[in-house]
Amino acid sequence: MKKLTKALLAGTALTALTTGAQAADELNALVWCDHTDPALIQPFEAAHDVKVNLREYEGTGAALALLEQSRPGDWDVLVIDGIDVFRAVEAGILAPLPEEALPEDDFFPQVVLKANNAPDGTAYAVTEKFGYNTISYNADKVDEADMQDLSTVWSDKYAGKISIYDYYMPVMGLAAMADGIATADITADSLESIGKTLSTMRSHAISVADVVSAQTALATGEADIVVGGGEWLTAVLQAEQPELTWTIPDQGAVVWTQSIGVLAGSEKPDLAVEFVKYITSPEGQARLATSSCFWGMPANKLAADHLTPEQKEILRWDNQEDYLAKAQLYPAPDMDLDIEMQDLWLETLSQ
Amino acid sequence: MSLSRDTLRGWGFTAPALIWTLAFFVVPFLVMAAMSLATLEGRTLVWGLHADNYRELLEKRYLWRAVVVSLQITLTVTAVSVALAYPLAWIIAFRVPKRWQRLALLLAILPFWTSYVVRSYAWLTVLSKEGVVNQVLLSLHLIAEPITLANTRFATVTGFVHFFTMLLTLTIFANLIQLPPNYRRAAMDLGASAFQTFRHVVLPLTLPGIVTGAFLTFVLCIGDYITPQILGGNTELTVPQVIMVQLGRRADFPLAAALAIVLMGLVTLAYLACARWLRLDRI
Repeated sequence: MKKLTKALLAGTALTALTTGAQAADELNALVWCDHTDPALIQPFEAAHDVKVNLREYEGTGAALALLEQSRPGDWDVLVIDGIDVFRAVEAGILAPLPEEALPEDDFFPQVVLKANNAPDGTAYAVTEKFGYNTISYNADKVDEADMQDLSTVWSDKYAGKISIYDYYMPVMGLAAMADGIATADITADSLESIGKTLSTMRSHAISVADVVSAQTALATGEADIVVGGGEWLTAVLQAEQPELTWTIPDQGAVVWTQSIGVLAGSEKPDLAVEFVKYITSPEGQARLATSSCFWGMPANKLAADHLTPEQKEILRWDNQEDYLAKAQLYPAPDMDLDIEMQDLWLETLSQ
Repeated sequence: MSLSRDTLRGWGFTAPALIWTLAFFVVPFLVMAAMSLATLEGRTLVWGLHADNYRELLEKRYLWRAVVVSLQITLTVTAVSVALAYPLAWIIAFRVPKRWQRLALLLAILPFWTSYVVRSYAWLTVLSKEGVVNQVLLSLHLIAEPITLANTRFATVTGFVHFFTMLLTLTIFANLIQLPPNYRRAAMDLGASAFQTFRHVVLPLTLPGIVTGAFLTFVLCIGDYITPQILGGNTELTVPQVIMVQLGRRADFPLAAALAIVLMGLVTLAYLACARWLRLDRI
């Protein structure tokens, strides 16, 4: 009986302690997987005595549908593909951000992207991370010189050794660049030419893979090249397989960006803005850049002070100005063109 | 007129199941059917009686191709799984001593204990160019260089068959052990060979178990997204994959709902084809 009493007392004390240790507040964020790294989130939670509840999603459509079905106030923060910020703004789900609080003067100027983040002049989101959809490859299996020219990447020489990243937007951007069409100039008339290039790419590909499958394909030797890959695909594999690397071909690459914003209707707008400020701060940016889910370049240049030389080398920090000069932004089609591009992509997949 | 006590009690017992069916099947189905007749204007959902989504299904090659691919994969998986599961169930039911049967069944369903996603990725590794299968074939000098097994329809079918053979083994085993041994003995006494006994006695009597398992395989396989997505390498698209694209990027719920209705139509056809032999109580 004494034992039972002791156990009950101990249990009660533990419960009291646990309750006492609970955060005073909660913040709900709809994010990509790189934000779920505890090394990124815990410092913010500790500094603000808050519990950040994170939910991952795939695809802007799924996120918008989820937000439409939620009550105002359910969600506080949204991480979204840079090119889709306007969709969230059109849907009226993002709140204006206090621009003076955003350290965009410290950013790589090429990724500030006011046209995306402030479509009507008001800032609704801020770029937090960027990288390239380009060519990842196994340096032991391919001729590295071949990787500098997109047309040789998907030539007969590498038939059956290519995997294509399963997202139509950057891959069609790369196909357009190989055809000499700037991503910003893609129109319905360009799709025939892009479709032919996609078709060639597809006929030489062994798979069209999501992030994990593309990494698995490279790591297991199933594929030697991933079209649409980049630092975000191979950086986390670098330690174990340094032969898995990436390059930006002569024709260039597509820059991906992700933005972060505060949701309209948030019941904790100040805390949500604090979270955005933390993520865009040099410390937060360094942690986000090297997240265990995927790596990518921080938008804020000052993150360099918080990254190790090895991390900067993997991110190719010193090459960024060159890379950004060669790279083009994601295609930004209107809704009709977007549907046509997606149909073309699905047609090509089901060849 | 007052309802008798028995009637009230009957309603009391069936009400939870009825409410469950209404809330989680009938109402969602009606919403989905209505959604399939709605349309998107810009990004705005417009309710109404539009046939646009079904017309699109006929006009866009990749959409009806997805239906064909789904059917081809599902029928192949069902046929191969039945062909593998029947002998396995037979051996467990009639060849394995009674005291080992439970262990044999446990071993047969062991793969169910691991995560479906993990199992699919495991198959991807096994079937890759550096994987076990290619390494064994190479070491036996049966092939000169690694062959492509992963990211193919073969890989998708293999992943499915691994899972559904276990399911079918259970349904067929349940049917086989209900078969009185005297039936087989009587057939043999009357001069039937082992094959004739199987053909004219055992097979017809175990057909309900086979068809029930095959129907479940059809239903689960045709609606599965994970296996073709991971193992098929997007080399061809199935209906669930196309549905996910509509939802993930476009948020085109009307077209996704129309595709889901088509899937339900295929399942209904399968049910009608199997209805004569279906004995769901035998599971």
